[in-house]
Amino acid sequence: MPPEAIPYGRKTQRPSPVAEVHVVWMTAGLGCDGDSVSITAATQPSIEDIVLGAIPGLPKVHVHNPVIAYENGADFLKYWYQAEKGELDPFVLVVEGSIPNEKIKKDGYWAALGTDPNTGQPIPTCDWIDRLAPKALAVVAAGTCAAYGGIHAMEGNPTGCMGLADYLGWEWKSKAGLPVVNVPGCPVQPDNFMETLLYLLYQVSGLAPMIPLDDQLRPTWLFGRTVHEGCDRAGYYEQGDFAESYGSPKCIVKLGCWGPVVNCNVPKRGWMNGIGGCPNVGGICIGCTMPGFPDKFMPFMDEPPGGKLSSSAVSVYGSAIRTLRSFTNKTVNKEPKWRHGGRELTTGYRPSSY
Amino acid sequence: MSTITAPNVKNTGKKGNLVEMNWDPITRIVGSLGIFTKIDFENRTVAECHSTSSIFRGYSIFMKGKDPRDAHFITSRICGICGDNHATCATYAQNMAFGIKPPPIAEWIVNLGEAAEYMFDHNIFQDNLVGVDFCEQMVKETNPSVWAKAQSTPAPHAADHSYKTIADIMTALNPFSGSFYLEALQMSRMTREMFCLMEGRHVHPSTLYPGGVGTVPTVQLFTDYIVRLMKYVEFMKKVVPFHDDLFDFFYDALPGYEEVGRRRILLGCWGSFNNPDVCDYTYKNMTNWGRHMYVTPGVVVDGELVTTDLVEINLNIRILLGSSYYDDWQNAQTFVTHDPLGNPVDQRHPWNQTTTPRPQKRNFDDKYTWVMSPRWYDKRTGDYLALDTGGGPIARFWATALAGKVDIGYVKSTGKSVKIYLPKTATKGEVEFEWKIPKWSNAIERDRARTYFQAYAAGCALHFAEQAMKELHAGRTRTWTDFKVPDEAIGCGFHEAVRGVLSHHVVIKNGKIANYHPYPPTPWNANPRDSFGTPGPYEDAVQNTPIFEENGRDKFKGIDIMRAVRSFDPCLPCGVHMYDGQGQILETRHSPMFGLES
Repeated sequence: MPPEAIPYGRKTQRPSPVAEVHVVWMTAGLGCDGDSVSITAATQPSIEDIVLGAIPGLPKVHVHNPVIAYENGADFLKYWYQAEKGELDPFVLVVEGSIPNEKIKKDGYWAALGTDPNTGQPIPTCDWIDRLAPKALAVVAAGTCAAYGGIHAMEGNPTGCMGLADYLGWEWKSKAGLPVVNVPGCPVQPDNFMETLLYLLYQVSGLAPMIPLDDQLRPTWLFGRTVHEGCDRAGYYEQGDFAESYGSPKCIVKLGCWGPVVNCNVPKRGWMNGIGGCPNVGGICIGCTMPGFPDKFMPFMDEPPGGKLSSSAVSVYGSAIRTLRSFTNKTVNKEPKWRHGGRELTTGYRPSSY
Repeated sequence: MSTITAPNVKNTGKKGNLVEMNWDPITRIVGSLGIFTKIDFENRTVAECHSTSSIFRGYSIFMKGKDPRDAHFITSRICGICGDNHATCATYAQNMAFGIKPPPIAEWIVNLGEAAEYMFDHNIFQDNLVGVDFCEQMVKETNPSVWAKAQSTPAPHAADHSYKTIADIMTALNPFSGSFYLEALQMSRMTREMFCLMEGRHVHPSTLYPGGVGTVPTVQLFTDYIVRLMKYVEFMKKVVPFHDDLFDFFYDALPGYEEVGRRRILLGCWGSFNNPDVCDYTYKNMTNWGRHMYVTPGVVVDGELVTTDLVEINLNIRILLGSSYYDDWQNAQTFVTHDPLGNPVDQRHPWNQTTTPRPQKRNFDDKYTWVMSPRWYDKRTGDYLALDTGGGPIARFWATALAGKVDIGYVKSTGKSVKIYLPKTATKGEVEFEWKIPKWSNAIERDRARTYFQAYAAGCALHFAEQAMKELHAGRTRTWTDFKVPDEAIGCGFHEAVRGVLSHHVVIKNGKIANYHPYPPTPWNANPRDSFGTPGPYEDAVQNTPIFEENGRDKFKGIDIMRAVRSFDPCLPCGVHMYDGQGQILETRHSPMFGLES
């Protein structure tokens, strides 16, 4: 359709001031690629919504992710070298997996991507971060490993790994002035990541202000509330009605759920398309979005130490509430008394015409 | 049944220049994999291959001293596409170590979740990752003559899948624009919803526990699963003939293509889907309950089923070093001298392994990868066999077909094939598929089996759903068995991760994890030359691969090598890196291919 055929559209719909954006996605941290796999499950928006330009106002987006790339080897890594030389401008760098400490050993590598043509040796992931982060418009940590270290940074780990902000510095800013953007989750909830990427693309296009982040560099609209605040089993908690066994539909805090103190929206959003999740479907919250994950939540299947006090307190109050509610529940489970057959009308209407 | 003992090794004796061609990273797999080859362009074959993985994380180290109940939550994080297989396998090992048996409905719920994982993962890998190697864009770039032929070749099963020509099939596989590519991507979401219904979250489940599940069994749970399952069953009636047409065409269009990725038939399957009527998770009954799994465990050597006994499979696992960045543990602590049946346990068995990383420079003549070399000791011959999983399905089918044990209405093993019956769906009538034992263990047959296994998993899921609802309707809805963690115990779990064999071995001392060694499929497939010099399966399969690609050295994409490697469904958090840089001529000499001097 020629532009003159849609004059009203011309006023409200503008092309992005940035024609093209590249997303350079490194999965070569100490991770499992679970965050890349996760984003293929996203539908709000989906990866194809972004790549095929299904959302108005955005630039053309080129995603370079090894899990879905058409190219292999050098054809694939050329984007990395272009980004390093400043020829892939602008680009968003996404990092997945925790960042190993390559300085604690004499030789070799913990994590690498590609081969250095001069030495024939693997190129450590940390070298790539050093080369690319200064050139990136924004740097996003996908998943808890990249955000805070995660499972591979557990006590006793041999690699000394850490989160991206630990590596780059918590005060680090991109050339566009953005701090590291953390989207934690193990793995990242699919739509949480894609929505954050969408927000950044809006921001690049001048359609959104600076992305709001909390002090742990998480998007506030995603991580501002606790699991418990969004959990459909919180009603059982309020009534002091706790599951004694896995598989019960009641509140599972006594079985190890950390929901009351964990920042995460999964019970509210579900895992995908509103389906699944954690405590809402019988899985204890193990705090997988949190900077203290996993160590501060282990052993996972014991009741959280602080939780004992509050769940005991609520048991007293809650059981009283429950008793009262059960009276009310019985009442509201009965139809009003005027709904009956027979020759008499008892609804309160006094007919004069029949 | 094939009785071939070694693939054809052609040795033309012509002089050839060996050109070093490397691909690093290999994409469209999970994890980090490099493939380093020497290619003889004159003789159109790969002369040498090394496979390397560039990530080390250290699960076996940081799990020491942790609570054994945490093992499934932790080990799920090993893999980002089949983490649930790890979590499931870990709960199997926990159940054995803790001496517990979950209620039957919990077992059916786990089986339904795992079936959904196979349906999802094989689907997205086959049609969004492997499929790209067979798409219009790729075939045009690598084999223009094949593309030309595809345009004039009608698809034999066009009526079933609606793509008129083979070229139409290839176009449908183009990334992000092909109709089938996009449909498969959508379908991979629906199957993940099915998964989330049973196991809470994909890919690291929330509702699995030792002793059972936290999933609440309700009428709605199974309704939500079954309506999605039936859509997938309908999809399968299109997908199986679609891939049969594509793969059969490659044999026709490129005579000799059966040699791509071919290696000796050395397949391992550790069994999948426990039968709660039989499985009590005790080691002493493991032989019996293993044989009642709905995918039969087995080792297939040269087309012969060597064993279906999980105890024998277990005891003969050996972890070798040779080219990996670790210190040996031959003189380290022995955790388990005998299994619960009194059989001696080898120092090189996972129960006795001590992992000590030694990072160092990569040297293809010495140490070059973080992957160790698992082998299976064949007591008949004294060989340490480099079994592969063929990406999972081919080994599962081969073992299940030969064993002749599975017969549950929707799937049946015949002793020489596996039959799959899919009932009527909304727009398609009932269909029977039959996976027949192929002549070769090669790239095309690994890929073909993957498609058939998607249908197999759907058939199994229909059975599991019926069994689960029987329990529900009878009011047997308890999903979890309580337990105490013993001070001292050992356990093992055997399962099939999507891409093949998976085992977890745990030793508990003082109520804590004293040793934990998971062996996923990729160490079996992606491993390097072992201490005997035996190459790992990728290396072996690629080394035997002829080159059909029409590009010369300057534009060489290595598509035949890519198809060979991807047929194993590499997953290298458990990878191959190739850089097809400017190919560098290494040496001009007689090509002593495969060690044979002409």
